[in-house]
Amino acid sequence: MKIAVCVKQVPDTTEIRINPETGTLIRDGVPSILNPDDANALEEALRVKDNLPGSEVTVITMGPPQAKEMLQECIAMGADDAILLSDRALGGSDTWATSNALAAGIRNAGSFDLILAGRQAIDGDTAQVGPQIAEKLGLPQVTYVKEFSLEGDYVKVKRALEDGYEVLKVKLPCVLTAIKELNEPRYMSVPGILKAAKHDIKVWNAVDIGVDLTTVGLKASPTNVFKSFTPKPKGEGIAVEGDTPKEKAASLVNALKEKHLI
Amino acid sequence: MKDFTEYKNIWVFAEQRQGKLMNVTLELIGEGYKLSRERGDGAKVCAVIAGNGVSPLADELYQYGADMVYVLEHPLLTQYTTDGYAKAITDAINTYKPEIVLFGATHIGRDLAPRIAARLNTGLTADCTRLDINVSNYMDYLEENTTASLNGLDRNDQSKGLKQTRPAFGGNLMATIVTPNTRPQMATVRPGVMTKREKIQGAKGELIKAEVDLTPDDINVEVLEVVKAAKEMVSLTDAKIICSGGRGLGDPEGFKLIEEFASTVGGVVGASRAAVDAGWIDPIHQVGQTGTTVKPEIYFACGISGAIQHLAGMQTSKIIVAINKDPECPMMKLADYSIEGDLKKVIPEIMALWNQ
Amino acid sequence: MEFSYSREQQMVKQMLKKFAENEIAPIAAEIDEKAVYPYATIGKLAELGLMGMPFPPEYGGAGTDYLTYIMAIEEISKVDASHGVIIQTHNALCCWPIYTYGTEAQKRKYLPDLLSGKKLGAFGLTEPNAGTDAAGTQTKAYLDGNEWVLNGSKIFISGGGIAEVYIIMAMTDKSKGTKGISAFIVEKSDPGFSVPKHENKMGIRGSIAAELVFEDCRIPKDRLLGQEGKGFKVAMTSLDVGRLGIAAQALGIAQGAFDETVKYMKQRKQFGKTLNKFQALSFEMASMKVKIDGARYLLYDACYRRDQGLPASVPAAEAKLACSEAASYVVDKAVQFHGGYGYIKDYPVERMYRDQKITEIYEGTSEVMKMVMSGEIFK
Repeated sequence: MKIAVCVKQVPDTTEIRINPETGTLIRDGVPSILNPDDANALEEALRVKDNLPGSEVTVITMGPPQAKEMLQECIAMGADDAILLSDRALGGSDTWATSNALAAGIRNAGSFDLILAGRQAIDGDTAQVGPQIAEKLGLPQVTYVKEFSLEGDYVKVKRALEDGYEVLKVKLPCVLTAIKELNEPRYMSVPGILKAAKHDIKVWNAVDIGVDLTTVGLKASPTNVFKSFTPKPKGEGIAVEGDTPKEKAASLVNALKEKHLI
Repeated sequence: MKDFTEYKNIWVFAEQRQGKLMNVTLELIGEGYKLSRERGDGAKVCAVIAGNGVSPLADELYQYGADMVYVLEHPLLTQYTTDGYAKAITDAINTYKPEIVLFGATHIGRDLAPRIAARLNTGLTADCTRLDINVSNYMDYLEENTTASLNGLDRNDQSKGLKQTRPAFGGNLMATIVTPNTRPQMATVRPGVMTKREKIQGAKGELIKAEVDLTPDDINVEVLEVVKAAKEMVSLTDAKIICSGGRGLGDPEGFKLIEEFASTVGGVVGASRAAVDAGWIDPIHQVGQTGTTVKPEIYFACGISGAIQHLAGMQTSKIIVAINKDPECPMMKLADYSIEGDLKKVIPEIMALWNQ
Repeated sequence: MEFSYSREQQMVKQMLKKFAENEIAPIAAEIDEKAVYPYATIGKLAELGLMGMPFPPEYGGAGTDYLTYIMAIEEISKVDASHGVIIQTHNALCCWPIYTYGTEAQKRKYLPDLLSGKKLGAFGLTEPNAGTDAAGTQTKAYLDGNEWVLNGSKIFISGGGIAEVYIIMAMTDKSKGTKGISAFIVEKSDPGFSVPKHENKMGIRGSIAAELVFEDCRIPKDRLLGQEGKGFKVAMTSLDVGRLGIAAQALGIAQGAFDETVKYMKQRKQFGKTLNKFQALSFEMASMKVKIDGARYLLYDACYRRDQGLPASVPAAEAKLACSEAASYVVDKAVQFHGGYGYIKDYPVERMYRDQKITEIYEGTSEVMKMVMSGEIFK
């Protein structure tokens, strides 16, 4: 079984803080990590490989040269091969243009029986690239996958809904997007790390993957950022006074009553 | 500049599950109504509903403000499938050429919209929290609520492009996205953010049955089962009061106190991602960028330090009360009322006084 | 000279930091309180290759250099010193002597299970009347046909009762003093071997220390490790290697306590300001950091020498002395700066304070380290 996993290197947004004076993001010292949902996607691919020896797992990403580090970490977890699509021509792509590039990269890497991705990345939170890759590759998709089993030529999956779930059956090849509930991603292993540090990561540019250059990059993207800004910091709140928890509770309840909120 | 004159009207994907319209659909009709009037060129707000035997739902859509309802009915649309819905709706868009198409950012909307946008080769903006057409209104918003400069914006600008505003980077960075060169302009919108219109009994509109061309070969996914969760859906979006717990609860037992608190004040239990990740509470309670966006009258943040991604989902609450040992944490800074102290001591005192 | 982490080392540190925070930190207080061996987390670490890190893959090891292995012990010990010493004792005091002194048959027999972590290894030298002074060893072994027969006892043995494989020092010729000591491989199931008692320790309570008793314990002749009469050398060279691991454990404790204190000081307010705003305290933190970083360079240098095949005995002693003294200094201040909270079990520095002490005692006391060093200074 040949599996491709689409991954992204993201800043750890849980570590990002706001400078209270300027209202800007403090990104210094914020570590770059493998996007959490993508780690679930990779874990599921590795589990398929554990159960079906001889399977091959290829991770693919689009990003700057530093994204190689994240790909090494994927190899250290157990992926067999890694591809980085890196080219200035791809910079500034929105989700539509990104999926054009990734779909071309996947096609260039060979044919796959299964393509996995994370539901969404924590920097953009769009959840659009997975389905759009599926569309560009002409494959069926299931998003929000929380349970997965391989049954011959088919996969049976549970797709999470806000108020329950659906059980779906899809023929391979297909594209699935993973959520956190799917599994618990494994750690890198020490032998995996030694292998990863020596692994030759493939770096492909736009020409290598044969993508139509009018469909990638900032200029080709149908959406543009018109403005970006931060919300206005709220005015200082009130530190509730009181010497004991009881006194503080009383001050709060009184304040809320005065505002007719109770 | 391309000519988009043949694109008219604002469409709202009317998401229904088991024959019941989703709340977000009604919110989007309210927003679509507002936007269509902002355009001032006779644009209509239209609901597009897909399924089998769903035309009776048209009345409810009119009552909440839809001028028109496009009905896509076919036996193969009985259950939601990405393939079936994407094809039917893409065909309808190609036929009727809407200017704007809005979807609720639900698990179905976020599955369907990107697929359709990719097929139409048009732009899609995810999880919007604000939409504008009128430039002057947009400038008012920026001025009142953000640190953005108004340079390059003109109050007399009559352009009619959709300005789609959404949070990024876990919440504290906002971006306004435009789709200048392709049509339709597509967006998914977070549930709970837009306001639905007052229901008008007996309101009527125009119903159009659109042709649906589907064969079983078009659908590559088989739905074996749709299971409703046994437990009641936590209606965080509708809650007037939310009592949320975070890592500061210390352990899963802490949520027992939060549950008591919520039932005393008539609220709903919420949680931070840290508490959910620790396995202390079911993810359906999660408030924040990756959970539910809420804007209750009162939001109690108990032992929640206030990671950006959490703040993104609750900072528009009317009143925020934070209870935390650490007075320096972001939540205590954000709160309207901050109580420094041990939540296990403070909460029981609030409960004791609440209904007096 | 190069002073940067290799990509392997970065990834090992990153992985173990995450593992320690997610898997070990939540149970550290409990295994300390109840003095229970952490089977589950050690099992997971074994799967990740930690139980045979610095040994070649042909025997089932992960194949890292010694320096990277030491960084791993340091990283784990930042969160919990018990886990650190469990891995350390197994690797340095059981796997290492078998790998270094064992026959090919012994290596093939024992190393795969040990290095994969399927079996835990331990090391027995200390006795009621012999610790630092190994010549006083009273456990005896004599050859009876095709079997060695062991009699005597060992105390304070890390992993005792949990381990399956033990490297045991016993006198085969009392008249020759330390030259009469031989090393043996004893298995947990060998007849006449028993573990009657677990010690109730001050710290590193998740690492079980026990008494081992040999009563006419009969083992096959081929269990002799190395040559007869060369056991003292087996023991001393193993301890040389082991010292690096204990130094790493001490360094981890120091860094862990330091990090906890930084976190605490930024959040704890007194007299209207957080503790880090008090110069007397923040300056002291600078002094603590100097001690930690200085000790780290000595340790990494000693490991580098070992990896290069250079003499490393004296540098190892120096590193252990520096790291355990730094740790002693840091945990004392860490508890002090936490005030009353440092004295109760809600904060990890209380445990780190107790865990630290042993690093000045085992695998050679600080006094022995000074003995080794002064011998070199005045040679």
